[in-house]
Amino acid sequence: MIPTTDAFKTGTEHALADAKLATALRGLPGGLVAQRTAAKGRVPEFEALRNAARDIRDHTLAHLDLYLEAFAAKAEAAGSRVHWAADAAEARTIIAHLVLERGARRIAKGKSMVSEEIALNPFLEKLGLEIFESDLGEYLLQIRGETPSHIIAPAIHLSQDQVEADFRREHSHLDANRNLETPELLVAEARAVLRERFLAADIGITGANFLVAETGSAVIVTNEGNGDLSSQLPRTHIVLASIDKVVPTLADLATLLRVLARSATGQDMTAYTSLLTGPKAPGDPDGPAECHIVIVDNGRTEMLKAGLGEALRCIRCGACLNHCPIYNAVGGHAYGWVYAGPIGAVVTPAFLGIDAARDLPAASTFCGKCEEVCPVRIPITRLLRDWRVKSLASGAGRWERAGLSAWAFFARRPRLYHLAARLGMAALGAAGRARGSFRWLPFGRGWTASRDLPAPQGDTFQQLWARRERSKPR
Amino acid sequence: MKPRVGLFVTCLVDLMRPSVGLAAAHLIEHAGCTVVVPRSQTCCGQPAYNAGASGTARDLALQTMKSFDGCDFVVAPSGSCAAMLRVHYPALFKGRGDIEFEMKAFAERVHELTAFLVNVRHATGSDARFEGRVVHHDACSGLRELGIRSEPRRLLAAVDGLELVDAPEVTPCCGFGGLFSVKYPAISTAVADRKIEDLRAPAPDLVTGGDLGCLMNLAGRLKRTGTALPCRHVAEVLAGALDEPPIGWANASAPP
Repeated sequence: MIPTTDAFKTGTEHALADAKLATALRGLPGGLVAQRTAAKGRVPEFEALRNAARDIRDHTLAHLDLYLEAFAAKAEAAGSRVHWAADAAEARTIIAHLVLERGARRIAKGKSMVSEEIALNPFLEKLGLEIFESDLGEYLLQIRGETPSHIIAPAIHLSQDQVEADFRREHSHLDANRNLETPELLVAEARAVLRERFLAADIGITGANFLVAETGSAVIVTNEGNGDLSSQLPRTHIVLASIDKVVPTLADLATLLRVLARSATGQDMTAYTSLLTGPKAPGDPDGPAECHIVIVDNGRTEMLKAGLGEALRCIRCGACLNHCPIYNAVGGHAYGWVYAGPIGAVVTPAFLGIDAARDLPAASTFCGKCEEVCPVRIPITRLLRDWRVKSLASGAGRWERAGLSAWAFFARRPRLYHLAARLGMAALGAAGRARGSFRWLPFGRGWTASRDLPAPQGDTFQQLWARRERSKPR
Repeated sequence: MKPRVGLFVTCLVDLMRPSVGLAAAHLIEHAGCTVVVPRSQTCCGQPAYNAGASGTARDLALQTMKSFDGCDFVVAPSGSCAAMLRVHYPALFKGRGDIEFEMKAFAERVHELTAFLVNVRHATGSDARFEGRVVHHDACSGLRELGIRSEPRRLLAAVDGLELVDAPEVTPCCGFGGLFSVKYPAISTAVADRKIEDLRAPAPDLVTGGDLGCLMNLAGRLKRTGTALPCRHVAEVLAGALDEPPIGWANASAPP
């Protein structure tokens, strides 16, 4: 997908002016956030589980080569073919070969953020292939020509009436006077339309939530069962997963699953949790005739080298987005690339370069709510601050830099600082006394465009304190 | 011998609202300590640290640490600045030899004001008086980096006539975020508006907070929208120092 990360400010302005988006996002606190809180409350050992989940991810990432090789060996032994892709272009090439060699025309696709990362759909469409997104949210985006605005709820920015209008436009073969007033009716229609396409698909492409080294299984969790239909009905199943998705054992998988759904949707477990191990074996009632697993690096080894390994702990639950005050205000599209919210602000500069994504790490209050809810305890604010260091060092913000230098000049010289403070505050205090605040200040628009600046009281504390000390009886 | 407490006054209190510093000093003295205010302190360095200027932040960390030589404790009327000293100073010097451990030892002596009064001095009584419903806003750094939540509430509850009310935490932050507030004013204000919704829910007469940054953001937005809800630093209420008008107000009566 084409990044618009450099237009973050414009994007956020549009987002803040979008009433429909605001209404959609207003559902988050009472929805996913409240559900997570409730789910966490039902598991007394939840905090300990988060530690365990973090430790599993750290251990795996520290021995990533070992576990990836172990996974590949087990997967091949189970009859899957494993393909390695260093970058997005290689991944697309591998998939194009697999699809074209089989003369496939129609592709059922499960939800996959990595496929967004490598811009798979536009590429396959250019080859003349028919792709349909089988996750309801992704399907909505596909018929609207949009991209996901959330890791697990890709169409969270849409309202019910928008969906109804889209269905009436897109499903023009259905009765124009049909009733689509409730979410249930909309889901039923999507289900009927998608079912036909599942049955007609030649190839299924899905992501994977995890790859289990112990068994060579790809794990897909969904609430719609679309991952299963995409992977089991077509003759060929292609799994697209990034290198960080591997976990050592089934026991580790169980621990991660325990925190994943609770953090994501507040469910104890997703409706469907499927471990897909190789193609259909003799005696299996169903399953694909062949299974290919494409494992993509696409910059992740570099992230490990660059000290961003903690970000790769991420298990894509979306909790940091749901709880983030910034995400709640502007939604996902303003972030301008595949991954939105706090974790997006951490990983996007790694994918696109800090020059293209300076605003993302900068646009945080460091409130720390994301870290409080992250199931694998990613130190998001520290990683964002590390990006700010790199951003400043690579020439960001001439004015910010000049302002900081001027401020630091005084802050390092206490005498001068206190003198300047005294003079400045006396003037500002006098100017602001009548109103108690400023509606406007020269160079102060950043603050005063939308709020008053409370006026200083006039004396500095150091002055008052010195006066108090002088008046003390000796 | 009374403990010697260095008041880290914080740059915002020093410049904008010195009455908070006097109230804090009063409370610390009332808790049986001697207060000293080193002249060599300026700012904790957080603006530089959060802007990615670690070198400047380290310079100011060293300056701050030296300022408080000989103090048994260092107390700041701000969770954000206290967290900078307590949590981030040691992080800034990680792997830099002896100085890292000096910073750690220094950080151990640093406390946010209400946490110091309650947890260190067990001074939970109050002789102040306030008629009305008070909602306390938890600033992010104090809450999530230092775990301060019960301390200000416990102190406020002891104020005569004060009815403490709780706001729902729908929005985790007031949207201030230091330089964030002027770099992304539209987002900052959108977040502030939602926090104000939370704070107004229990129909309070006053908003208190432990951090002047958040309070200036909230009070500035309340004033701009013509909302007559006063904001004060928690130390002002606890010390009964209510002579100065609420933050951003010209006098004690409601703003236009």
